[in-house]
Amino acid sequence: MLNKLIEKFGEKTINLLKSFGRIILFCFSGVTNIFTLPFQFAKIIEHMWFIGTKSIFVIILTGLFTGMVLGLQGYYSLVKVGSEAALGAAVSLTLISELGPVFTAIMVTARAGSSMAAEIGVMRISEQIDALKTMHINPVRFLFSPRIIAAAISFPLLTALFDVVGIFGGFISGFMMLGINKHVYMDTVIQSVKIHDINVGFYKAFAFALVTTTICCYRGYYTHLYSGFGARGVSLSTTNAVVHSCIAIFIFDYIITFFWV
Amino acid sequence: MAIPLIQFINVSKNFGESHVLKGLNLSIYKGEITAVIGKSGTGKSVLLKHIIGLVQQDSGQILIEGQPLSQLSPKKIKLFYQKLSYMFQDNALFDFMNIYDNIALPLVENSRFPKDQVNKKVLKRMDQLGLIDIEKKFPSQLSGGMRKRVALARALVMDPEIVLFDEPTTGLDPIRKKKVHSMIQEYQKKFEFTAVIVSHDIPEIFNVVQRIALLDDGIIKFEGTKKDILDSQSKILNDFIAGKDI
Repeated sequence: MLNKLIEKFGEKTINLLKSFGRIILFCFSGVTNIFTLPFQFAKIIEHMWFIGTKSIFVIILTGLFTGMVLGLQGYYSLVKVGSEAALGAAVSLTLISELGPVFTAIMVTARAGSSMAAEIGVMRISEQIDALKTMHINPVRFLFSPRIIAAAISFPLLTALFDVVGIFGGFISGFMMLGINKHVYMDTVIQSVKIHDINVGFYKAFAFALVTTTICCYRGYYTHLYSGFGARGVSLSTTNAVVHSCIAIFIFDYIITFFWV
Repeated sequence: MAIPLIQFINVSKNFGESHVLKGLNLSIYKGEITAVIGKSGTGKSVLLKHIIGLVQQDSGQILIEGQPLSQLSPKKIKLFYQKLSYMFQDNALFDFMNIYDNIALPLVENSRFPKDQVNKKVLKRMDQLGLIDIEKKFPSQLSGGMRKRVALARALVMDPEIVLFDEPTTGLDPIRKKKVHSMIQEYQKKFEFTAVIVSHDIPEIFNVVQRIALLDDGIIKFEGTKKDILDSQSKILNDFIAGKDI
């Protein structure tokens, strides 16, 4: 009984280490293949349109409401200590260095990451990835590398959009609904946000782009190993891709905050 | 007899507990069409995937013109694989690309052909295979027969020397089947490629191929020419052809 338990634990540990090694190699291969000729400009633009442009609406919507909620909650907290004038600073700093990159990454993962995992997963189970190999086309370079670049460009831009819309959302709550002076709100935003805060937000956005794209593409690419073949395999891969990406976003958020802030 | 272009020697392959190939021996000769027949699930597709490198054998050797594949230099292996083309059972067309892009993909990604030459080659293949005015359509908008022809066009667009067909007529009606068979035969004569076809179309396939191999229980139980089949006293072969359980 104990032997079996140890055996099972050992097997699970080995499988986990194997997966970890595989994902690192997958990421490394995807990144290095970005620099192999010919550059895949058309594909990068196509994926930027999908990851970036098509996410704009959802980012504006979530950014606006996040900012509005922050404005409301921030006001009710700050008013207790008589510091409601610092609302602009509280909203902007929270958004720029923390909520902006995290929420953007989660929203884009839910929208574009799940689609990446599903698309590549379907390609795996319908032998399209094997077909690429038989045509001497590197599937990692063809499917993954352009997506990394597209995400690395799109995530910081979407984060910036989220931040700006979120600050405006806080302004709506603070000025239009709670009667805070608009000049005070904007002045505290400008005074409190330093270039370092913006940089940290962008580092996070860039790191989340790399991590979530890797996890989503990896899950799709190895659908057959983790989830099996068929429609259920693809659906499991997609679910796992989103869940694992979200967990990774929070872990990396902590690590980056720990080292850079 | 000539040295086989591809030769399997005692090739075994397991997937977990499942022993798919159990010391298989097979010879494929240059310029000929070889059919691999056998019951479903006996490892015929796995055999093809060994040739194109999608699956690696656990033991045994695959010889290319008498030389073990494992002992060839990476450059020579790459050169060999570049001569190959594979037509998948379910076509494996890219559903996010239109028909033109599907056929052009190997040329665009692998060769340094200028755009107009790629265009010329693709349109020529499409014309030869009767794929007129469907360049902008997507695979999901085509019939099963059309998709097969698109897959065949993609397999032939790089002018391969060896083409592997994995059940090219699955899911087609008898008329389409006949058309695909005559198409393979016709193009094999025209382009003189070597072909290996995994097929269940018995006896029709015998009119298309020069050699036949019967795969059963992980090994080749019969291998020979059409004449050998007619002369054969092999019970297992005759039973399989007659549709009896072997």
